[in-house]
Amino acid sequence: MHAETVIPNPKLIVKDLNFYYGKDRALKDINLTIPEKMVTAFIGPSGCGKSTLLRAFNRMYQLYPKQSATGEVLLDGQNLLDKKQDLNMLRAKIGMVFQKPTPFPMSIYDNIAFGVKLYERLSRNEMDERVEWTLKKAALWNEVKDKLKQSGTGLSGGQQQRLCIARAIAVKPQVLLLDEPTSALDPISTANIEKLIDELKQDFTIVIVTHNMQQAARISDFTAYMYLGELIEFGDTSTVFTNPKRKETEDYITGRFG
Amino acid sequence: MFDLYTRRRIINLASLSISVLTMAFGLFWLGWILWTLLANGLPHLHLSVFSQTTPPPGSTGGLINAIFGSVMMTGLGVLIGTPIGILAGTYLAEFGQRGWLAPLTRFINDVLLSAPSIVIGMFVYEVYVVKVGHFAGWGGTLALAIIVIPVVIRTTENMLRLVPNSLREAAAALGAPQWKIINFVTLRAARAGILTGVLLAVARVSGETAPLLFTALNNQFYSNMNQPMANLPVVIFQFAMSPYDDWQNLAWAGALLITASVLTLNILARVLFRQQTTHH
Repeated sequence: MHAETVIPNPKLIVKDLNFYYGKDRALKDINLTIPEKMVTAFIGPSGCGKSTLLRAFNRMYQLYPKQSATGEVLLDGQNLLDKKQDLNMLRAKIGMVFQKPTPFPMSIYDNIAFGVKLYERLSRNEMDERVEWTLKKAALWNEVKDKLKQSGTGLSGGQQQRLCIARAIAVKPQVLLLDEPTSALDPISTANIEKLIDELKQDFTIVIVTHNMQQAARISDFTAYMYLGELIEFGDTSTVFTNPKRKETEDYITGRFG
Repeated sequence: MFDLYTRRRIINLASLSISVLTMAFGLFWLGWILWTLLANGLPHLHLSVFSQTTPPPGSTGGLINAIFGSVMMTGLGVLIGTPIGILAGTYLAEFGQRGWLAPLTRFINDVLLSAPSIVIGMFVYEVYVVKVGHFAGWGGTLALAIIVIPVVIRTTENMLRLVPNSLREAAAALGAPQWKIINFVTLRAARAGILTGVLLAVARVSGETAPLLFTALNNQFYSNMNQPMANLPVVIFQFAMSPYDDWQNLAWAGALLITASVLTLNILARVLFRQQTTHH
C-alpha cells in the first residue's frame, strides 16, 4: 500500500519484517518507509503489534531470549537487524522513550550525562553545556536548572517523561522512538510533550506509538494503522484520517471498532 | 437475617479482631522476653561489663573480651560474606534467565539458607580447626561468613528483581553495555534493599552460638584471630549453665546486649529501607 504514497526522504525502510515471540508470529511481512525529520504515528488496538514493531527498530527484543525477528530494517540503507551491526552503536543512533517514565536513580544532571558518557569524553564544562543544551531542547531547563543535583525520581510524572526525552536526545540520535509516551500523563503534561515533539521533529526523525487517535491526528505527519500484526494502511495523516483507503481503517478511526 | 451491609460490617469487625488478637499474641511473647531481659540484665549492666574481661568463678569481671570477639568475628564474617553474596545475587537476578547454572545455584543456596548452623560449625571444625590443630577466631569468622552468604544472595536477588524491567530497557536503549546497566542503574536502584539485607544478615549471625562453639570456642582473655576467641553467645551459654551467681548475672547482661543490638539493627534496617522507598 505504501508504494502508492510518496514518502519524502526515507530514513528507515522496513522490508518483509516478521517478528516472533517464541513460535507466535506477532508481525506479518511488514513493509514500511519512515520519512526523515517527520513524525510517524503507529495506531491500532491493543496487541496489534505497534509496540513490537517499534521495539524491532532498536533491537530491544534482544534482551529477551525467546524473541526474534526476520527481514530487514534499513537505516540510511544499512540493515539494523544484521547480526554484525554493533548493537550499542545502533542504539546511539536510535533513541527510545517508554510508556512509563524511567528516570535512573541518580541526579537530574547524571541522568543526562549517563548516556553522553557512553560515547563521548567531555570536559566538565563541555558536559555542563551539553546538559543545559539538552534540557533546553526538552523544554525542562527552566524548571530544573536550580536543582540539577537533585534526584531525577523526585520530579513530577510529566517532568520525568521530559527528562527521559532529554536523556534520549542528549546523545544526539537520528531517530527517536516514542512508545506511548503520554499514556501515563495528565492532559497538561501531555500537551507539553506534544508541543515538544512538534519542535523536536526539526532535528529528529520521530516514530510514536499511541493509543490515542486524536493525538496521532494532532501531531503526526504520517500514520500507520496496524491490526493483528499486519500493516493495514499507511499514508499521510490527513488522508488516513479523512479519506482512508481501507474499510478496516475507517471502522477503527470512526470508532465502530477497537 | 441481617441485610448485606450489616453482614459485611460484622465480618469486617470479626476479621479485624482476629488479626489484632494474633498480633497481640505475637507481641506478648516479644514483650515478655524483652521484659525478662531488662529485669535481669539491666541491674548487672555495670560499666565494668565494658571494661573488664570475663572473670573466673567467684570474682568480678566483665564481658569486654567477648564483646570484642563478637564484633571482630561478626564484622569480618560479614565483610567476607557480603561481596560474595552480592556478586552471586547479582548473577542470579541479572544473568540467571537462561541455562542450568543459575537454577542450580539458586537451589543450593536455598539449601544453605536453611541448613542448621551447627552443621556449618561442624563443617568448619572439620576443614579448618582440625587442620590447624586448635580453635581460632578465624574459624568463627569463616563459619559466620558461610551463614551470611546465602542470606545476602537471597536478598540481593529479590531486591534486584524488584527493579522494574523498564529501567533496564531504558538504559539498554541508550546503548549502555550490560555491566554499566547493572553497576549504575539496577544495583543503584536496589541499593537500600541490599543494604537492608546486609544489616539483617549481621543481626542474624550476631546471635549464632552453635557454629562458634565448634570453631572459636572461648577465651578468658583478649585474643588474636589465630587463638581461641571469646564471644558473647558462647560466653552466655557457658555462664548461664554455670552454678555461679556472678557468672549468671553476666550472662543476663550479655543477653541483653545482644538482643538490644539485634533490635537496633532491625529498626535501623527498616528505617533505612523506608526512607529510600518513599524517596522514589
